[in-house]
Amino acid sequence: MPKPKLAIYWCASCGGCEEAVVDLAEDILALVETVDLAFWPCAMDFKRADVEALPDQALFATLVNGAVRTTEQEEMVHLLRRKSRFLVAYGACAHLGGIPGLANQFSREEILRYYFEEGPSTVNPQKIRPQPHCTDQGRTLTLPRLHHLVRPLNQVVPVDYYIPGCPPTPKITQNALQLLLSDTPPPPGSVLAPDVALCDECPRKASKPLQLSFTTFQRPHQIVADPELCLLAQGLVCLGPATRAGCGALCPQGNMPCSGCFGPTSRVRDPGAKILSSLCANLAPKTEEEIDSVLDTIPDPVGTFYRYSLPHSLLRRKVNLPANGNGD
Amino acid sequence: MTESRWEPRIVAFFCNWCTYTAADLAGVSRLKYAPNVRVVRLMCSGRVDPQFILDALAKGADGVLIGGCHPGDCHYAEGNYKTLRRMRMLRRMLTALGIEPDRVRLEWIAASEGEKLRQVVNDMVERIRALGPLNLPARFDAWDRELEHPPAPESTSPPMEALTPTQPLEKVHA
Repeated sequence: MPKPKLAIYWCASCGGCEEAVVDLAEDILALVETVDLAFWPCAMDFKRADVEALPDQALFATLVNGAVRTTEQEEMVHLLRRKSRFLVAYGACAHLGGIPGLANQFSREEILRYYFEEGPSTVNPQKIRPQPHCTDQGRTLTLPRLHHLVRPLNQVVPVDYYIPGCPPTPKITQNALQLLLSDTPPPPGSVLAPDVALCDECPRKASKPLQLSFTTFQRPHQIVADPELCLLAQGLVCLGPATRAGCGALCPQGNMPCSGCFGPTSRVRDPGAKILSSLCANLAPKTEEEIDSVLDTIPDPVGTFYRYSLPHSLLRRKVNLPANGNGD
Repeated sequence: MTESRWEPRIVAFFCNWCTYTAADLAGVSRLKYAPNVRVVRLMCSGRVDPQFILDALAKGADGVLIGGCHPGDCHYAEGNYKTLRRMRMLRRMLTALGIEPDRVRLEWIAASEGEKLRQVVNDMVERIRALGPLNLPARFDAWDRELEHPPAPESTSPPMEALTPTQPLEKVHA
């Protein structure tokens, strides 16, 4: 019997998710014994035409990492959706929008202007910007166009499963692939990680106070954190209570607060609103002025609470930005 | 079809012990106030998850009003303080995400303050009227119009024109 075909593709991502697949280390040998890698442009020489040549649903599963923010990425995920039985959002960007999703606080014009004109390391006196078409020596060249919004995969095509993490850990990846290959795949729409909060598997859990009472928030560079004590008890903004478990509490074990890359559990719709709710309810002060001065110690609430999830959130982006016209 | 005049649509979350009772009192006292508020009764203003507020706005509300017991009077001792703290941060977050913070308002209205309830509702409706419609559902639709294309033929690379909307997108921000 031929082996099931697996594809791996990247969109707006940093490459860390590709690295995460390689991080399977020698276990990747077991993986290629089980499946045929039919398409993996980052690591192997396949072309888009190879995918187009496949019959529909010929791929058993495609892992897509990265958010969707260009016309090319949009086209590719439509193609891969058509060719795949299971389309899997792999990693925080495909799952929730991820770090690139923070671009949803700015208009396309602001982004292009900063990147091609104003950035401190930019030298571009003619203010040249990428164009969807240009003609050079009689030939027309094309480039994909930037969307106005960064989107998680499921805002562009239907998604069967989600593998969370920035990046997903080898253990999470392996478990997920085994589940997909099993005779009884999980219910469609599942996030393939435990559906409990990170605190549940954090070795510091025992020291989490029953009643937190913040008088100030600390940022990781401002204090030397105690390596045993609950990070919230030390005033650090740890997103563990509002984040899905499954990573083994890697960041708290490295003495860093959780920043929320596994996204919310199934009971939470908007992770940023939920961690805001949990943290801010537990401030010590009771007057507006005193509350405000504690809140001042979180200088970037959107970047802190929605670090990986702004495009997935209820508002999706800064709502008064234009959706058309600029930067073409 | 003629377009009916826009009226502010406000979702109100009132706590069972104070503000909802005040609304009852306003009712039995036959106080008249603006009909733009849809009231949801909760046991405590502390039950108002910021997700409820964002969800109301995302589904088409122009404003959200939260009513709770005066500080020190919470039936559950501290629920209203929790709400106050959450609202202080939510205002910052809404501002950063392009929503006027005055669209979300927290008021302490005791069970005996039917008249205050009337004033707060009327005042809120006027403020939202001055701010104009928020209309997030229409904005979401406008954002996603960049994903609408005529279907591209398979196995040829389509020219980029085929991937961009043929009609100019309508301006969405007020």
